[in-house]
Amino acid sequence: MIVAERKPLEEILESIKKYNKILILGCRGCVTVCSVGGEKEVSKLAEEMKLAREKEGRPIEILEKTLIRQCEFKYLEPLEEFKDKVEAVVSLGCGVGINLIADLYPEVRIYPGVNTTFYGAKVEKGHWIEKCKGCGDCIIGKTAGLCPITRCAKNLLNGPCGGSQNGRCEIREDLPCVWHQIIERLKERGELEKLAEIWEPKDWRPAGGEGVREMIRK
Amino acid sequence: MEEKSRLQKVLEEGNFAVTAEIGPPRSADSEAVREKVKLLKGYVDAVNITDCQTAIVRMSSLASAVIVMQEGLDPVMQMTCRDRNRIGIQSDLLGASALGIKNLLCLTGDHPKFGDHPQAKPVFDLDSIQLLNLVKGLCEGKFLNGEKIKGKRPCFFRGAAENPFADPLEFRPIRLAKKIKAGAQFIQTQIVYNIERFKKFMKICEEQGLLDKVYILAGVTPPKSLRMLKYMKYNVPGLDVPDELIKRMESAKDKKEEGINIAVEVIERVKEISGVHGVHIMAIGWESIIPEIVKKAKLYPRPEIS
Repeated sequence: MIVAERKPLEEILESIKKYNKILILGCRGCVTVCSVGGEKEVSKLAEEMKLAREKEGRPIEILEKTLIRQCEFKYLEPLEEFKDKVEAVVSLGCGVGINLIADLYPEVRIYPGVNTTFYGAKVEKGHWIEKCKGCGDCIIGKTAGLCPITRCAKNLLNGPCGGSQNGRCEIREDLPCVWHQIIERLKERGELEKLAEIWEPKDWRPAGGEGVREMIRK
Repeated sequence: MEEKSRLQKVLEEGNFAVTAEIGPPRSADSEAVREKVKLLKGYVDAVNITDCQTAIVRMSSLASAVIVMQEGLDPVMQMTCRDRNRIGIQSDLLGASALGIKNLLCLTGDHPKFGDHPQAKPVFDLDSIQLLNLVKGLCEGKFLNGEKIKGKRPCFFRGAAENPFADPLEFRPIRLAKKIKAGAQFIQTQIVYNIERFKKFMKICEEQGLLDKVYILAGVTPPKSLRMLKYMKYNVPGLDVPDELIKRMESAKDKKEEGINIAVEVIERVKEISGVHGVHIMAIGWESIIPEIVKKAKLYPRPEIS
């Protein structure tokens, strides 16, 4: 899933400081699952913002709406109803949703309420960790299912580097060296010889090297 | 045929090579490079110039290597994958060869996290093994994309680094073999303090038939103080400093003198290990001590070569 993180309240307030009536727009997709942009969080942010603006002596009117998804045009219809009622929209959807809204509703002044951070997995309550970079050319079939592009800070294809010690990564000592893990697993499977081959330089075009990526179903 | 570098000739003629590392200045001052290099003249076969080591901005390795040549020494230029993509790397290598640089050490490079601009976008388009392969290709007359180099092709004596002390131990010789296959002709090792573990590593390399294919230069660093030795033990990933060495330094009256003794002893002991063809002295911030170490290790004068 796409993981996001709420922006600090001050930053959100700063971005909409000239407006007095806004909509906070949530999304029931990924950002609900990672508890930053669902209905509950929309209400919470609305309360925080109202309180802060009252303190400033410039009260703000805030409408709330949470869409099924912000990243699909057919779910954006409810915006029609709101767009003329408010001066601006703060979206708690990921960057995909905000961009799509900006594309379809150029007149809507939309501001992000979250930082979209990574594609990750929930590993425990309140803890998500990146597992995929979306590089467009998946190689983890050769690395025992563990992605060196995402999980090695130098995205080595012929790892591990000389900083791998006691199975830990030198960049993030709290994390295992993914190349160490790959080697251990392939050794167990009797496939270590796979790593004796030189892995050729990666073609970064599918990873976004040529700009915006598209997928058209044939 | 391009004339070989002094370092390559020294090794090919069967001598025990001595190289030293210098860090370029954090300024545009060419004199700073000259001063460090002048001290080393006659004591080393080649001077290795770091490429923004620990990801701290310094004068480029390429420019510093040219200054080293102006002082009459043989430079080993370093190239890391941290700051340049395959276009920048190939461009700089054509330029380096055009300027007469003949030795090249290929590294992945320290992560920007450790440096003075941690906000930088890390490049890592290639890794060290892919870089070695790229350089080998250039020397054989083709760019990474397979296109032929029309006209003069670059020529480099290619080196790589290897850390015999990093984990997983059994994979290190496999990775070294990959580096050799990718084009490495000489290897600089991580600093050796743990001689026994280094011997084990060399033994595995010997059993795998790697030592006939590459010149191994053992990394040597004189510890200047107890603090430095402890720092290396506890703070530098992939560095193995045995406890006895810490104790030895603790009980030494003159720490600097003891640091020199340790370096000389390491040189004498690695010299006895089969497959070690030289030493690479990294006297970090203490380059001026290199001549004394070389003399004490009876590696002075350096051999005359044809």
